[in-house]
Amino acid sequence: MSELPGDLLYTSEHEWLRKEEDGSITVGITEYAQAQLGDLVYIELPEVGAEVDEGGEMAVVESVKAASDVYAPVSGTVVEVNTALVDDPEKVNSDPYGEGWMVRLEPSGEGTGEAMDPDAYQELLDELES
Amino acid sequence: MPFIPHTGDDVAAMLATIGVPDIDTLFDEIPRDLRVDGIPGVPEALSEMEIARLMHERAAQDAGMLSFLGAGAYAHHVPAVVWEIATRGEFYSAYTPYQAEASQGTLQPIYEYQSMMTALTGLDVSNASLYDGASALAEAALMAVRANRSVDSTRVLLAAGVNPRYRQVAQAIAGHQGLTFERLPLDAAHGVTDLDGLDEGGEPPVAVVVQQPSFFGTLEPMDALTDWAHRRGALVIAVVNPTSLAILKPPGAWGQKGADIACGEGQPLGIPLSSGGPYFGFMTCRQALVRQMPGRIVGRTTDVDGTPGYTLTLQAREQHIRRSKATSNICTNQGLMVTAATIYLSLVGAEGLARVASTSVARTRELAAMLTAVPGVRRRFDGPHFHEITLELDRPVAPVLSGLARAGILGGLDLSRTFPELGNALLVCATETKTEGDLRRYAEALAEAMRT
Amino acid sequence: MTGDATGQQGIRVREPLIFEKSRPGRRATAQAPAAAAEHALPAAFLRDDTPVLPEVSELQVVRHFTRLSQQNFSIDTHFYPLGSCTMKYNPRACNTLAMLPGFLDRHPLAPAEFGQGFLACMYELQEMLKAVTGMKAVSLTPMAGAQGEFAGVAMIRAYHAARGEAHRNEIIVPDAAHGTNPATATMCGCVVKELPTRDDGDVDLDALRRAVGPNTAGIMLTNPSTLGVFERHIREVAATVHDAGGLLYYDGANLNAILGKVLPGDMGFDVIHMNLHKTFSTPHGGGGPGSGAVGVGQRLAPFLPVPVVGREERDGKPFYRWLTEEDLPQTIGPLSAFMGNAGVLLRAYVYMRMLGREGMRRVAEFATLNANYLAKRLAEEGFTLAFPERRASHEFIVTLKREAKTVGLTAMDLAKALLDRGFHAPTTYFPLLVPECLLIEPTETETRETLDRFVDAMVAIAREAESDIERVKAAPRSTPVRRLDDVQAARRLDLAWRAPPAG
Repeated sequence: MSELPGDLLYTSEHEWLRKEEDGSITVGITEYAQAQLGDLVYIELPEVGAEVDEGGEMAVVESVKAASDVYAPVSGTVVEVNTALVDDPEKVNSDPYGEGWMVRLEPSGEGTGEAMDPDAYQELLDELES
Repeated sequence: MPFIPHTGDDVAAMLATIGVPDIDTLFDEIPRDLRVDGIPGVPEALSEMEIARLMHERAAQDAGMLSFLGAGAYAHHVPAVVWEIATRGEFYSAYTPYQAEASQGTLQPIYEYQSMMTALTGLDVSNASLYDGASALAEAALMAVRANRSVDSTRVLLAAGVNPRYRQVAQAIAGHQGLTFERLPLDAAHGVTDLDGLDEGGEPPVAVVVQQPSFFGTLEPMDALTDWAHRRGALVIAVVNPTSLAILKPPGAWGQKGADIACGEGQPLGIPLSSGGPYFGFMTCRQALVRQMPGRIVGRTTDVDGTPGYTLTLQAREQHIRRSKATSNICTNQGLMVTAATIYLSLVGAEGLARVASTSVARTRELAAMLTAVPGVRRRFDGPHFHEITLELDRPVAPVLSGLARAGILGGLDLSRTFPELGNALLVCATETKTEGDLRRYAEALAEAMRT
Repeated sequence: MTGDATGQQGIRVREPLIFEKSRPGRRATAQAPAAAAEHALPAAFLRDDTPVLPEVSELQVVRHFTRLSQQNFSIDTHFYPLGSCTMKYNPRACNTLAMLPGFLDRHPLAPAEFGQGFLACMYELQEMLKAVTGMKAVSLTPMAGAQGEFAGVAMIRAYHAARGEAHRNEIIVPDAAHGTNPATATMCGCVVKELPTRDDGDVDLDALRRAVGPNTAGIMLTNPSTLGVFERHIREVAATVHDAGGLLYYDGANLNAILGKVLPGDMGFDVIHMNLHKTFSTPHGGGGPGSGAVGVGQRLAPFLPVPVVGREERDGKPFYRWLTEEDLPQTIGPLSAFMGNAGVLLRAYVYMRMLGREGMRRVAEFATLNANYLAKRLAEEGFTLAFPERRASHEFIVTLKREAKTVGLTAMDLAKALLDRGFHAPTTYFPLLVPECLLIEPTETETRETLDRFVDAMVAIAREAESDIERVKAAPRSTPVRRLDDVQAARRLDLAWRAPPAG
C-alpha cells in the first residue's frame, strides 16, 4: 500500500487538499479513489469563476463503469482547473497527488472544513479494507 | 401448453431435484390470500391457426384505402430486403449488446447507422436511437438545457412550423423539469416563421427549435432563424425529415455556425406506417455536446488481438450507472428499427434517397396542381413546398373528407381544428409511391365530393 | 455461430464496414425511382454536397447484413439467461400476423372507421392487460419500460397536484432498484430517497417508516424484486406508504414470475408498467422496440397518457375509437407522436391470445420451476446463491465473491467463458448490492436438457479457473472479437466512420 503524502489533508469522500502559499486550496482525488474507479475516461471540471459550497458537487470523474461526483471540501470560488486532464484523464490514475490535481479554489472562509490529517484518513482506509 | 417444452417426466424429475412435491409449493413465500386461481378476464387459448384467421379478417377490414396522409408519417417504398433481413432471428431475438463480443451483429450496424445519420445531418455524432421524433424533441430540449451553460433559462422557442403534437409531447415530458415551449409567430401568407415578428424581449431562450420541412410542408428560413437564435445565446435544435436531407441543406450547415442538435422521426427510412409505430427517433449533435446526449452510443475500438470491434461507450451518462443523475431514463430504445433503417439507407444510397425525395416533391406539386384546378380549392400558402402542401377549401373540410373516404380515398389531414386561424385547411401528401393514375383518381373524387 | 451444441465453436466472421465495400457510382438500382425528378426547389434551401452513404449493390447489402447477423448470439440461436430481461422464445406467428399488409400499411391518422380491425386488437389487449394485473384502466402508449415508468411517476404527481398537494415530490426507491427508477424520478422533477434492503432480500420496513412523510409522492417497487425474491411484506409496505398519503408504483419488469398467480392490483399498487418485450414476448430486437404499457387503479385513471382505446355501440355493433385529451381532460398528455409502438402491441396481442388464460398461468409456473431447478443444481455443484434460504422467483442470483478471492474468477470472467461454450452470459453486476453477481433467468421456454448443459458449462469453467485461471481470463476466444478495450472506446471516441482524405 502506497504512502499517503504527509503534507496533504483528506476527506471522507476520498479527496485530498493542499493549502497553497497564497491561501488557495488545490483539490484532487486519492489513490484509493482512483483505484476504486478504474481507468478514468473523462473528467468534468467546473468553470473558472464558479462558486462551490462545502460538500457540494464540484467535478465529475467518469470511468467506463462508473461516474462519481467530486465534492468541494470547502466553500469558495474556482480560480484554476487542470485543463491537461481533458485530453489525459489517465493522469488522475497514474499520479493522483501530482499531475492529477483537479481544481484550485479560493476559499470563502477560514479553515479546511471536515478534512482530516493523513493518520486519520489512513484509519478510515484501514476500516474500509477490513 | 404453447411454447413450454416440459413433459410430465421433466416436471417430476425437476421437482425431485428441487425437493418439493409440486410446482405450487414453489410459490409458498407469497401470502396465501394474495394468490389468485387464474385470470377469468382472459379468454381461452387459440391455436395459431385460429388466431391467424382472426388477424387476417381484422387486417382485411382495415385494408384498401388510397392514402394521401402525411403529417409526420410517410408512405415510401420499403424494399423487400429490409424486413427479410431485419427479421432474421439473429437480429429479431437478440437483446441489448451487454456482451459486446457476442453482439457485433447488433453493434456494427449501429455504428454504421450512426455514421449515416451524421452524414445526412451534417453533424458530428449520433446516438443509437430514441423512441420517436416527438420524444426525441423532448430529449433534445432537455439536452440543450444541460449543455447551454451561457444561458440560465428553461424557455424554449419553437418555430411556427413545428408539428403541434411534438410540442405537446415535449411539454408532457420536459415540462416536469421546468421547460416551457412557446411558438414563434406565423407568416400567414407563406406558412413559415414570421422573421419580422421575432421579438427580442422576455427571458433569453435556452434553445430555438426549427422544423424543416415545416409541418405545413413549407420551407422555413432556417439560416436566418439559426443565426438569430445564436445571436441570442440559444442553441439551435433542428427537427428534420431524413429523406429530405438527401437534397435539403443539412442542419450542420444552417446559418453561420450550423445547428447544434438535430433530431426527428426516422420512420421514412424503410419503416412501414403500421398505425403509428414502432418508429424511431434519431438525434445527432456537435462533437462538443456528445456527453450531454441521451441514449446509447456505439464506439469503435480494438480487442486484445488488435482486431477492430464495436462496443457501447460513454455509458457513464446512462441510467444504469448514473441513476438519478442520468441524462435520461432511456434504456431499451428502437433497436430493430435502426437495423432496418441502416439496411434501407445501404440499399438506396445517396442517389436513391435523392430520387425518392425529388420524386415525392414532384408528385406533391403535380397533385397540388390537379387539386387546385377543382373549383373551391386553392393553395393556402405561397412559396416552395417539400412533399406536403396545405390547401384551403371554400367549405368545411370534414364532410369533403368523408365523401372522399366513401370513394376509397384518405384525402389528408383536416387542420381546421388544430389551426382554426388557417380556415378550412387540409394537409395533403404525395410520395413516390403515388402514380399518375392515383393522382387523377384523387382529383376526380375531390371534384365529385365538392360538387354536392 | 451456433450454441447449445457441445464442442462446436463458431466460424469467426470478420465483416468490414458497409462503407468499406462501397464503390463510386454503384447502386441497387431496383430500389429507387428510375430517374431523378425535377424538384424545382430554390437553391438557398439545398445542400451543396452529397451525403456520404454506402454505394453498393443489393447483393452486397444482403450479404453484409446476413453475415453481420451471424455474429450475434440471440434467443433463436443460444440459451440467453439474461436476468431481468426475460429472454423467452418470440413466437414467429406474432411477427407474421402483425405484419399483415392491412396492419402494416395503415397510416396512424387514418380515421377510426378505417381501423376497426387494428383498434379491436388494441382494445382487447387493454382488457387482457387489465385482467392480468388487476388494474382498472390501461394505456398502451408508452414505448418502453422507462417511458412507462415516466408515465407512472408523472401520473402520481398529477394526482397529488389535483388534490392541492403538489409539494409532494419525494419518490422512495430501494437501493437495489434498476437505474431507470431513480432516473425516472429525476425526469419528473422529483427527489429520490433511497431505501436500504435487508440481508434476506426484503425491504427494510423500519427504514421505510422513517422515510415516509408529508412530502412523499410515492414508492417505486419491483415485486419480485431485482434480487429475485418476493417482497413478503408487500402489504405492510403498501399500508405504510398509503397511510402517509403516498402512492405505490409497480415496476413490472419481473411480471413473468407471477403472471396469473398474483395480481399487482391486489398487492396494493396504484400504477404498474409492464414490459411487453419481456413478459409478453415481443421481440427484443437488439435493443427494442419495446413497449411499456401502464395499468392504473381508479385513483389514477383520469391521468392516463393519451390516446387510450375506447369502445362504444353504433348500430348495435362495437365501435372502437381513440380517446384523446377531450375525453381525458386530466391526462398527463401524449408521450409519442401517434399512439406508441403499435406493431409491438399487435405482437403482444397475438401472444396473449395464443397463451390464453391457462397458458398465462403456466408461464409463471414453469419460469419459476426452471429457475428453482437451475438454482438448486448450481448450488449442489458448489456455486453460492445470494439468497439460499429463499425460493427463487423466475430468476436468482449467484455470487462469485468467494471464487474471486480464492482463484480470481470474477463474474466478468465467467460471463466471457460462457460465450466460448455457446451460452449467452447471464446479467452481470446487477443488482449492485451483491458483489460479483450473476442474475440468471432461464424463462419457461427452455428444456431441462438445456439447463443441465448450462450447469455443466458453469462447472467446467469453475474447474478450469482452479487449474488455469489465465486461460479463463483470456476468454472469449471463439467469438468474432475478443475482449474489447472499453477504456480506449471512451477515451478516444470513434463514433462514426469518416471517409479517408482523398489523394
